[in-house]
Amino acid sequence: MAGTEAPAERRIMQLDFNSEKPIFLQIAEGIEDAILSGAFAEGEQIPSITEFSVTYTINPATALKGINLLVDQGILFKKRGIGMFVSENALDTLRAKRRQSFYDTYITGLVEEARRLALTKEDVEALIGQGFEERRSNHGN
Amino acid sequence: MAIEIKGLTKHYGNVQALRGIDLTLEPGKIYGLLGRNGAGKTTMLNILTGRQFATAGTVSMDGAPIAENDEALRQIYMLSEATYYPESMKVREAIKWSAAFYPDFDSSYADELTGRFGLNVNSRVSALSTGYNTIFKLIVALACGAPYLFLDEPVLGLDANHRDLFYKSLIQRYSDKPCCVVLSTHLVEEVSTLVEDVVIIHQGSILKHQTREELLAQGYTVTGSAAKVDAYAAGKNVIGTDAIGGLKTVYILGQRGEGAEGLEFTGLDLQRLFVQLTND
Repeated sequence: MAGTEAPAERRIMQLDFNSEKPIFLQIAEGIEDAILSGAFAEGEQIPSITEFSVTYTINPATALKGINLLVDQGILFKKRGIGMFVSENALDTLRAKRRQSFYDTYITGLVEEARRLALTKEDVEALIGQGFEERRSNHGN
Repeated sequence: MAIEIKGLTKHYGNVQALRGIDLTLEPGKIYGLLGRNGAGKTTMLNILTGRQFATAGTVSMDGAPIAENDEALRQIYMLSEATYYPESMKVREAIKWSAAFYPDFDSSYADELTGRFGLNVNSRVSALSTGYNTIFKLIVALACGAPYLFLDEPVLGLDANHRDLFYKSLIQRYSDKPCCVVLSTHLVEEVSTLVEDVVIIHQGSILKHQTREELLAQGYTVTGSAAKVDAYAAGKNVIGTDAIGGLKTVYILGQRGEGAEGLEFTGLDLQRLFVQLTND
């Protein structure tokens, strides 16, 4: 989700039930995206397990599993009897984590597809440059 | 607290509807009970709720036999196609009647639900359309407060909006007051995300009982040119095949190994796995 868009109602993320990715991971990544985009700010409370499960019609155990993943990584924390909150250093933690997986997530596949299409390293570099240019003219940053 | 089913068998004349079912239904868990038409789902649920008698085997709740045990039967609500209300009874009275049977019935929640679903409580139960007949029973199920809810084809005749409203209400009810839910349906994909455990019944026997995630992790699909796919699949446990032109997809049970050039790998979804496992 782009940081400039206001979150549509409460529905801050889209789950893809046809995706191969387990739903609890999609929940965890959806919350991560919401934190990175600022929809869930550091120190703020996030929706409850029940709200997540009802909104996405998923088993509460699945939602809990996704959220616990982020609790284990120190991105969320529980306040007993109140709910779940975004940790104060969540943004830094998340950026560091996503930077580490950036290569595997994006570069490996990019190089693979470029080879299939007989694009050279220079072609790809030019395209990346073009991507940054277009983003700058569309968003002004 | 649990319902234990041991060696449950049911014969109708020469027909073996159930062939020795062993299953434990734990409190606080949502089960998907999946099976093709005639697999034995409804027969099993009917025996669990004392509507039918077993030929052999036992069903117990917390150690006590369930058959003719009113105390145990009050712990269970079963929604099925059959309606047991008198012809002339109005919806409002039928809800009151249910409230008298279930000690934890939440009448104000039932009112709230009738409003949300748009159910006319002044209508006769017998005059309700298929969809509203289901909705009436769903409302009783959601409001009855029983720790075990057996829902046999719970969305029969419901439009997409009402189905969504039901699934959301069910999760809300489950979150507020955890209970054991058995969703028996052939709409596999719709309940796929709701269930924690999947029980597949096939020809009167339990074919699979696992958590949804364990079950889905058991297999994968491979797609590519027929020759390459056949070479890859040789010696593997292939449970199904689709072919169109020279393109072939095989469904394989087992751990997914390394990828191979020119072949595409995907995971299984519940619907596909179900279809492949229960194809005769």
